[in-house]
Amino acid sequence: MKGLSLKPLLLCAVLLVILLLLPPILPRFYTYILASIFVTALLAMSLNMVVGHGGMFQFHHGAFYGVGAYAFALLLFKAHMPLWFGFIAAPVIAAFAGLLIGWFCVRLTSLYFGMLQISLGSLLWAIVFRWYALTNGDDGIHGVPIPSSISSSSNAYYFILFFFVLCLGVMYLIHRSPFGMTLQAIRDNPARCSAVGINVRRHQLMAIVIATFFAGVAGVLFVVLEKSVFPDLLFWVLSLEIFIMCLLGGWFTFAGPILGAAITVALRTFVGIYTEYWTLILGVLLILLIFFLPEGVMGFFVQKFGKGRDKEAAPARGQHAES
Amino acid sequence: MAFDLSAIGSQFLVGLSRSMILFIVTAGLSFVLGVLRVPNVAHGSLYMIGAFSAFSITKLVPGPAGFWLALVMAPLVVAAVSFIAERALFCHLYQREHLMLLLFTFALSLILGDLVKLTWGAEYKSIMAPKLFDGSVHIFGASIPRYNFFLLIIGPLVAVGLWLFTNKTRLGKIARAAAVDREMVGAVGINVSWVFAFAFVLGCFMAGLGGALMAPTISITLGMDHNIIIEGFLIVTIGGLGNMWGAMVGSLIFGLSQAFGVLFWPQFAIVFPYTAVVIVLLLRPTGILKSVW
Repeated sequence: MKGLSLKPLLLCAVLLVILLLLPPILPRFYTYILASIFVTALLAMSLNMVVGHGGMFQFHHGAFYGVGAYAFALLLFKAHMPLWFGFIAAPVIAAFAGLLIGWFCVRLTSLYFGMLQISLGSLLWAIVFRWYALTNGDDGIHGVPIPSSISSSSNAYYFILFFFVLCLGVMYLIHRSPFGMTLQAIRDNPARCSAVGINVRRHQLMAIVIATFFAGVAGVLFVVLEKSVFPDLLFWVLSLEIFIMCLLGGWFTFAGPILGAAITVALRTFVGIYTEYWTLILGVLLILLIFFLPEGVMGFFVQKFGKGRDKEAAPARGQHAES
Repeated sequence: MAFDLSAIGSQFLVGLSRSMILFIVTAGLSFVLGVLRVPNVAHGSLYMIGAFSAFSITKLVPGPAGFWLALVMAPLVVAAVSFIAERALFCHLYQREHLMLLLFTFALSLILGDLVKLTWGAEYKSIMAPKLFDGSVHIFGASIPRYNFFLLIIGPLVAVGLWLFTNKTRLGKIARAAAVDREMVGAVGINVSWVFAFAFVLGCFMAGLGGALMAPTISITLGMDHNIIIEGFLIVTIGGLGNMWGAMVGSLIFGLSQAFGVLFWPQFAIVFPYTAVVIVLLLRPTGILKSVW
């Protein structure tokens, strides 16, 4: 473990100050986009805890995001629970779903892990999609009652930014903790870890639960921003999209997924204004990336400008392809 | 609730015929997975292109001739598209790690999806099966639309054809050998890159064939790629990765559980096949039949 050097910390602080000052000067639309990027980035970061740092094929992470969002929306909309209760309960429910699904999944490895998770996650999706009495089915729930003190455009921005930064801080601490280190060791060599007495499955399950908790937080923030939920949140296409964000940004780096999420959301928004064929552009961009920046955008910068940082990235590559 | 036997029988046959389409699509997916070791996310898009091309061909050539022509030509169109994608881009990536290949096929599916939208527009399309397939067939008191009966015949034919190809022809044997040990195949002087190209194109051809066969039974629309591809991956996984007969077993499980789900609990019919997949994976984590991986 090495301590934080001053330079990146300073950079983060400057960035944070800029983000805090933005809403009064930016048009409302852009604050909305930024908030949307924070939510997506938090989701991608939570996925990367399992995929990038844990080496598991978490193929249906969106399911937990959706569970968090739906739990929050239903608690407020149907059960009329107080707001604070929803904030706490929804991520816990998402984490519980993660525990339940993860408990089955960690019994399998690699692609089989991913496939089992897709089918279990799709079960959740199918239930949400079809259970009209509870979830309004494919209509979704609109107009979730959120007080305007946190849901007005700039207030929502600050609210989301606060939780985004808070979660990132906690994630970073977990990433650097002995637990995080063990997890990365398991990713690089599960057999050896198991041989020195680490309970591989329990660590993996723990990582899934933590990651799904944060996915649940992202789900809550999504509802704060949009005030509505719909079954597409649990559909596997979204899960694949966030998986791609991790790869796009660079999944061997800590902050890469933020970049991946920002690129994807910005692309969807701004290219989407000019043409409805923005996924075509995204596809071409991805292919260019695969050919020219295989480490992801962030990975590229780290490799080019970072000193000694590739240490943590380098050994992962070969192992990952085989696992 | 009471169900008469003939309703169950009919639903069984309809499920069986749907399984046959799933089989044709997933056999291609499984073949690519077995030889190239790549989960081809673009497979669903190629299936969609197959259905849309079938629509265009039946528009160009009206009447039953158009339908039969579409069954032959649509898969060839798909094969041509996949050949271009493979030779121009994909073949340069074989040395790269797996997730990059997966990412590539995903990017390809994004591009193909939008190209379909550009070419055919976003409206629903439909194809009429020829007059020959009007009405229904009665078997043991159960009735089934004639077109579905046709699918019941064509599915096993394709399975046998594919089996003969991979086991009895030289090219098929080389492809299977490349799946097991690509270096050895290269060492004996065979151009592995072209074997991969061939396997990829053949797999995609199957996707196109499945799309063309499916076209008369559904409305052809954007987004049909998303539905089929996830089912495809689950089927291939529970059957055993890269195993053609596994694709058959998986398709039967998936198709039949869905058909009976419709019969017993229509609202939650889609839950049944996913539940079946979960049960299979928990009991036999690496699929029912032997995986080539």
